[in-house]
Amino acid sequence: MTSGRSDRSPVVLENVTVNYGTHQALRDISVTFPEGAVGLLGPNGAGKSTLIKALLGLLRPAGGVMHVLGHDVAAAPLAIRAHVGYMPEHDTHIPGMNGVSFVAYCGELSGLPRADAMQRAHEVLFYVGLGEARYRNVETYSTGMKQRIKLAQALVHDPDLLLLDEPTNGMDPKGREEMLVLIRDVADRISVVLSSHVLPDVDFACDHVVVLHKGTVATHGPIAALKGDSTRVFELRVKGDERPFVEALREVGIESHDESGDVIRVFVPADRPAQLLFEVAARQGVQVRHFRASVPSLEDVFARALGT
Amino acid sequence: MPIHEQGYRRYAGERRVRDRSWSVIARAGILERLRERRFLALMLVAWLLFGVRAVQLYLGTTIVRASFFAPSDETFHSFLNQQRIFVFFITIYAGAGLIASDRQANALQLYLSKPITRRDYIAGKLATLAAFLITVTWVPAMLLLALQVLFSGSLEFVSSHPRLVPAITVTSLLQVALASMTMLALSSLSRSRRFAAMAYALVTIFAGAVERVLQTATGAAGWVLLSPQNTLLVVSDALFGVEPEIPVTIALIAVVSLMAICVAVLERRVRAVDVVA
Repeated sequence: MTSGRSDRSPVVLENVTVNYGTHQALRDISVTFPEGAVGLLGPNGAGKSTLIKALLGLLRPAGGVMHVLGHDVAAAPLAIRAHVGYMPEHDTHIPGMNGVSFVAYCGELSGLPRADAMQRAHEVLFYVGLGEARYRNVETYSTGMKQRIKLAQALVHDPDLLLLDEPTNGMDPKGREEMLVLIRDVADRISVVLSSHVLPDVDFACDHVVVLHKGTVATHGPIAALKGDSTRVFELRVKGDERPFVEALREVGIESHDESGDVIRVFVPADRPAQLLFEVAARQGVQVRHFRASVPSLEDVFARALGT
Repeated sequence: MPIHEQGYRRYAGERRVRDRSWSVIARAGILERLRERRFLALMLVAWLLFGVRAVQLYLGTTIVRASFFAPSDETFHSFLNQQRIFVFFITIYAGAGLIASDRQANALQLYLSKPITRRDYIAGKLATLAAFLITVTWVPAMLLLALQVLFSGSLEFVSSHPRLVPAITVTSLLQVALASMTMLALSSLSRSRRFAAMAYALVTIFAGAVERVLQTATGAAGWVLLSPQNTLLVVSDALFGVEPEIPVTIALIAVVSLMAICVAVLERRVRAVDVVA
């Protein structure tokens, strides 16, 4: 993912630094996004939305070079925006318009002829599941419908790259699943960057992930590779002082993190026997009360990247 | 039974970066306003005075005994001055929400994530309001002039009043530009169209009242600069050949300065991302 710049890569960042007022939101990041669906993960304040806004040319980097779809963001922001669809995080619409007028208007603003924009608006509204509600004023839409229409306006001009900022925010489970299926379907045809702090969403919809933490790239790569097929994951519950036990595990090359409550997830490298866990526990005087094999998850990737 | 592709379909038609994106914004803004009956009623009322003036012109040019109705420069000057009240109401009605409503709906980042510039956005919004204001200032004034030619059957009046067409045009344009830019700047300062409307009313009415009080109390004509509308009146007086209260250059500088402040406000406030330093 980082090895060299591919001409087909939709997004290439080289030593990019973005300041948000006095706050340094992105610090000297270099990463290349491959084609397909890429998840942009990170806790709140990690710099995900800032990166998306910088890619659109809405924020000017203090340093570095950004290429989107082969264009330099600093030199050709309008050309980029003509070929990029952006779904903002927050609730947004054009006041006083119904669904189809709103989406067609966005199509026209993106460069489609008026008649084509209207035809395409009907098409994408049906695609996102708002066909029946397309003549209703957008202000009367529910939260889930507003998320769908934001996706529709981002798709109306048929972009080559779709930037989605927290697309499932506020949606009920069914709506959330439908939205992710739509994103998966779109990603089969155009490149998608899905910014989210909801790990299962990224796990479902994306093949690659870039994890941001405090304005830097904590880790990145294909999700399957990052999950580490060669690493075995176990869930442990112990009786006794956890802290020296976890420290002792680290000393023998076994990483771990607290998942919730008293459950510890441990990552045993392929070259180490699982028996080692019990030996360390015995040395530290803690009892293993629960031991279960698990499978690597994106949560593990995230937690290890953030060092939590 | 037909089978339809239900997945995402790509667009095969034409796509281009527009050089007149502002016109898309302006057209949408104008159409939205024209769908409102109350606004159409307001526009209709704004043309009532035109009807009265048209009758006056007809009588003045065709009936000898009604020659006191005969048109002069002052006829058009006073017509434009009287239209100021409609300029005020239309500016508030059609202009207060132009940016404030977009800010309230977080629409700015939506607009600016499209291939349009901030300049396109502002130009589109300005054009929306300016189109309505020109419809109640320059258009009826020029139409009155055309009616005068029609009723008299000659171009004699126009040729004997050579300053009339430029005076009508410049006065109308200044009136429209000042009202549009002031309203747009005030609209960009808030997420509430009510706030923008009240702020504009304050600038227009309150400043005028304060100016009158101070001028009466001190006798100094310079207080006129406190009121943008009355300062514009000074420029208008000069254009129509009426002796202005203060030097027209000063009034013109004041008007242009106010417009420059409005541009600076818009430049600062119309952004997709609010950066708090």
